Amino acid sequence: MMNNRENLLIVSSSPHLHNGNSVAKAMRDVLIALIPALIASLYFFGWAAAKVIITCILAAVLSEAVAQKIMKREVTIDDGSAVVTGLLLAFCLPSTLPLWMAAIGAVVAIIIGKQMFGGLGNNIFNPALIGRAVLLASWPVAMTSWVAPLDGVTTATPLGMLKQGVIAEQLPSLWNLFIGNVGGSLGETSAVALILGGIYLLYKGHIDWRIPFSYLGTVFVFTLIVGFVIGEGLWYPLFHLLSGGLLLGAFFMATDWVTSPITKKGKIIFGIGCGLLTVIIRLMGGYPEGVCYSILLMNMITPLIDRYTKARVFGGVSKHA
Amino acid sequence: MNLFQEFSKGIVRENPLFRLVLGMCPALAITTSVNNALGMGVAFTSVLIASNIVISALRKLIPDSIRIPCYIVIIASFVTVTEMVMHAYLPDLFESLGIFIPLIVVNCIILGRAEAFANKNSIIPSFVDGIGMGIGYTLALTIVATIREVLGAGTFLGYPVMSASAQSALIMILPPGAFLTLGCTLAFINMMQNRKAKKSSDFKVRITEQQVAQPFSSN
Repeated sequence: MMNNRENLLIVSSSPHLHNGNSVAKAMRDVLIALIPALIASLYFFGWAAAKVIITCILAAVLSEAVAQKIMKREVTIDDGSAVVTGLLLAFCLPSTLPLWMAAIGAVVAIIIGKQMFGGLGNNIFNPALIGRAVLLASWPVAMTSWVAPLDGVTTATPLGMLKQGVIAEQLPSLWNLFIGNVGGSLGETSAVALILGGIYLLYKGHIDWRIPFSYLGTVFVFTLIVGFVIGEGLWYPLFHLLSGGLLLGAFFMATDWVTSPITKKGKIIFGIGCGLLTVIIRLMGGYPEGVCYSILLMNMITPLIDRYTKARVFGGVSKHA
Repeated sequence: MNLFQEFSKGIVRENPLFRLVLGMCPALAITTSVNNALGMGVAFTSVLIASNIVISALRKLIPDSIRIPCYIVIIASFVTVTEMVMHAYLPDLFESLGIFIPLIVVNCIILGRAEAFANKNSIIPSFVDGIGMGIGYTLALTIVATIREVLGAGTFLGYPVMSASAQSALIMILPPGAFLTLGCTLAFINMMQNRKAKKSSDFKVRITEQQVAQPFSSN
């Protein structure tokens, strides 16, 4: 057997070098990066958070397996991508959401958001955000009933308060936003946990700094200008930066390898577009938060961005010789 | 082809919505309730039958070079009649269907049947073709509307079918629900068709598939 193989001349197309990375390894690193946010959500929202997270992950993995069986594809639940989708979806749901709704969200995310487009690598939209968008359109009340962390009293999210015109003194402090002691979706509240996870992904080289930095930078600059115009101080852009799902979206969702541009310039355009849309929705739209829709909208034009930012090919024959 | 085949082809084999993928615009817009779908289906069928009969009767008088304007005038007359009748006797349905009643004029199924069938066949087959296509379209609309109304509002024809505690998914009666439902239904029907085609070497199925591939006009 060995001899036979050695005698074969292996012919394959480039690339010939492989760095040993695989989907499963990359997904494992994403899961590691999400652990701080997971701990924060379990600490702040307790058992309710655990139930939503477990439901989402189980529903995502099961529906991936069932869909791949039905579509007669290779069943790839062991690569962890469904686990990541389920976990990310759970992170943008409120802890009070009925579990069957969370399960429907995960099934929609995997079946409609991913498998119907052809599975991992072919989806146009971030599956977890598709799940969230469908849930938000279907059950708007259940999806926007928030409880305060630790004591479970009904509350509004920081951005919801801002939208309702709560005065600055009564808004949550920047410190509480930073550690995550505010109302909101499971995984989005704790800025410090998300930043830790983001740094891990950047360090491991799984995500490019361009998307999160141009995204966050655009939001910061835009809200700094708005804050200056309406006469608020530096706390205003920082408040926007730390509240809502912005950090979760910027580090873990906008950077999705499949649905973001591949060119360097394209990544920056993508981040700026997400940032502008997010701030516009937050300040002028009907919803208090716009991260989900802004990323979905930019996902839509990702192929276009890629086409117009493709690097020029050198060494061709000049037309005007 | 006998008359029964002319009748039945519109319901299954060449169903306007599911097999020919025509008339998408009302199918997406008015299928929020079964009531609307049935109303639209009846209005559509009556216009289709009447225009098929008249176009077939006049097929030797209409000059070939201006046949499309002639068809449109005939169809528009019947649509106006239908619209006025609905406005007079079914004001609620008229309100909820809104702009989609006058838009029957540009429904590509009606023009398509005039162009593909009524101007080549005599009155009786055209009449039967109109009934078959009309029923097929009504049936398809009703199927889409049933899925959307049951899931999105928890009712069927206005009567609650879900228990009061089950919260229905609002998205199904919003525009995205229309695309999801229609897309999934089409995918399911194509899947069944492919299975059938695989099982039997009957090439009739292939022919219908080629007909499906014709470009559908937007309306």
